[in-house]
Amino acid sequence: MSTPRPRPPVRRALRRLPLNAAAALTVVVCLFPVYWMVTTAFKPSTDIQSYDPRLVPGAWTLEHFRKAVGADGFALFWRNSLLVTLSAVLLALLVALGAAYAVARMRWRGRRQFMLAVFVAQMAPWESLIIPIYIISRDTGMLDRLPTLTLIYFMITLPFTVVVLRGFIAGIPPELEEAAQVDGCTRAGAFRRVAFPLLAPGLMATSLFGFITAWNEFTYANFLIIKQQDSRTLPVWLSSFQSTFGTDWGATMAAATLFALPALVIFLALQRHVTAGLASGGVKG
Amino acid sequence: MSTVRERSVPPGAAGRGTLWPYLLIAPAVLGMLYLLLYPLARAVLISFQDFRLRQLILGDADFVGLRNYRTLLGDPEFWEVVRRTFVFMAVGVVAIMVLSTLVALMTERLGRAARTVVLSSLVLVWAVPVVAATTVFQWLFHSEFGIVNETLTGLGFESYEGYPWFAHGGAAFGIVVVLIVWQSVPFAAITLYSALVTVPAELYESARMDGAGAARVFRSVTFPLIRPIFMLVLSLEVIWTFKAFVQIWVMTRGGPGEATTILPVYAVQTALAGQRYDLGSAASMLTVLLMSGVLVLYFRQLFRQEGEQP
Repeated sequence: MSTPRPRPPVRRALRRLPLNAAAALTVVVCLFPVYWMVTTAFKPSTDIQSYDPRLVPGAWTLEHFRKAVGADGFALFWRNSLLVTLSAVLLALLVALGAAYAVARMRWRGRRQFMLAVFVAQMAPWESLIIPIYIISRDTGMLDRLPTLTLIYFMITLPFTVVVLRGFIAGIPPELEEAAQVDGCTRAGAFRRVAFPLLAPGLMATSLFGFITAWNEFTYANFLIIKQQDSRTLPVWLSSFQSTFGTDWGATMAAATLFALPALVIFLALQRHVTAGLASGGVKG
Repeated sequence: MSTVRERSVPPGAAGRGTLWPYLLIAPAVLGMLYLLLYPLARAVLISFQDFRLRQLILGDADFVGLRNYRTLLGDPEFWEVVRRTFVFMAVGVVAIMVLSTLVALMTERLGRAARTVVLSSLVLVWAVPVVAATTVFQWLFHSEFGIVNETLTGLGFESYEGYPWFAHGGAAFGIVVVLIVWQSVPFAAITLYSALVTVPAELYESARMDGAGAARVFRSVTFPLIRPIFMLVLSLEVIWTFKAFVQIWVMTRGGPGEATTILPVYAVQTALAGQRYDLGSAASMLTVLLMSGVLVLYFRQLFRQEGEQP
């Protein structure tokens, strides 16, 4: 205690205090809405409609979740969303993998122009295309059908997927594949055995983005699925929740929680790949 | 599978002169042509036609030249929407860029554990689906049972007792901006953070030895190095904020009155509620034109980066 310099560690801690306080503030601001959604979903209705909201629920109930799950079509809309999302993501991955390989590994006339088109497509004004897409779908008998949504989500996610996968493929030294080819693999075989396993993080990151985009999509699901209630997806279901239930905020928050859950879980589980994917592919263009 | 193939000598020039690259990009090109370019062409067409409910059903639209554009451009209400869109974008994007830069700088300086916590919570926010987040914000700002009003009242701002946020134009506008910022900061902050990590530490040390303060180090060392990625994030955020639709549509439908009606909302309202598909398309096309000003910046940036790569 009587040593001449007990100060540096203290001073350092003091200096770090504002930084850590800022970090704590960031975390609170980030998480509070999510926390409030989840805890509201677990609170009894009397606690929700209270003029004195409590930060920690005094009592817990599953009533709202029962109500949300028991609501009309919950299982069906869940299935629709999952079906549309997964098929759109798979389709985009498949198509993008081919295109990204062609761009990253082969030299051909029109390569730059193709990438330019992909970049332009990435910025497509999707909200502006609702009316023509509505008309085209109607004229081809595709209105009110899930495959229409699948195709649109595929197109929305495709450019991003191509760009990021191109980045990943370009990051794998071609010598690895060449070596495998010398050892007797075909070009495709070399790609499948050597490059593909190395691509796993890239594929995960891109499919995650595709998943979030498609799982989230509201506008087209809302305006293209009109008569066929059975083809609705979860975002539309969620947005209609308030009118269905009036002011039942407990059930609404339970529904929002159930809707957000898959995205949250997958995102958290793969978050390292997400940041890696961003660093190596997406942001470098 | 492991049998030796005679023909499998690697082709010298990768893919030159073969059809393979074209076959590989064919599905993507076809998709872009049919699902993107074709609808876009139809949208342009409709914007030059007299296209209302009747034409939607019967399909006998007449061309009216630039009439729809003249109608829009001569309408003071449209210009009000344009002005509002730019205010919305400017406020939102400045807040997003400032906050995410600060968060990124902070994250870089944190210890390992704290950094993981901050990054995880950012990722979590990022993953909250837009419609879910919008619903939650409606609940947070609920006039009677909302935690925001409760907190404000508790802090002594008695006037917020039962304050109806969504009934006042300015307040509703503010909430939409807060929601957009809350949702956008994670992507921007994480991207900027991953750019910051690549800045070599020696540069900081030498700058500090030269006696530069924190602000000076940021201005002269950090920022120039992360500039490409900063510009990229900036352009993306401008585009995304410009196109914000779902949050507003679900939360306020552009109301109260017109307080939160920005261009995409205006276009959909005109087309679907007013059944003026022609005016709606024209408004969309004008939105695209306004945005392409931003896109020019984006491409400049992109090509500069491409040029740097060998």
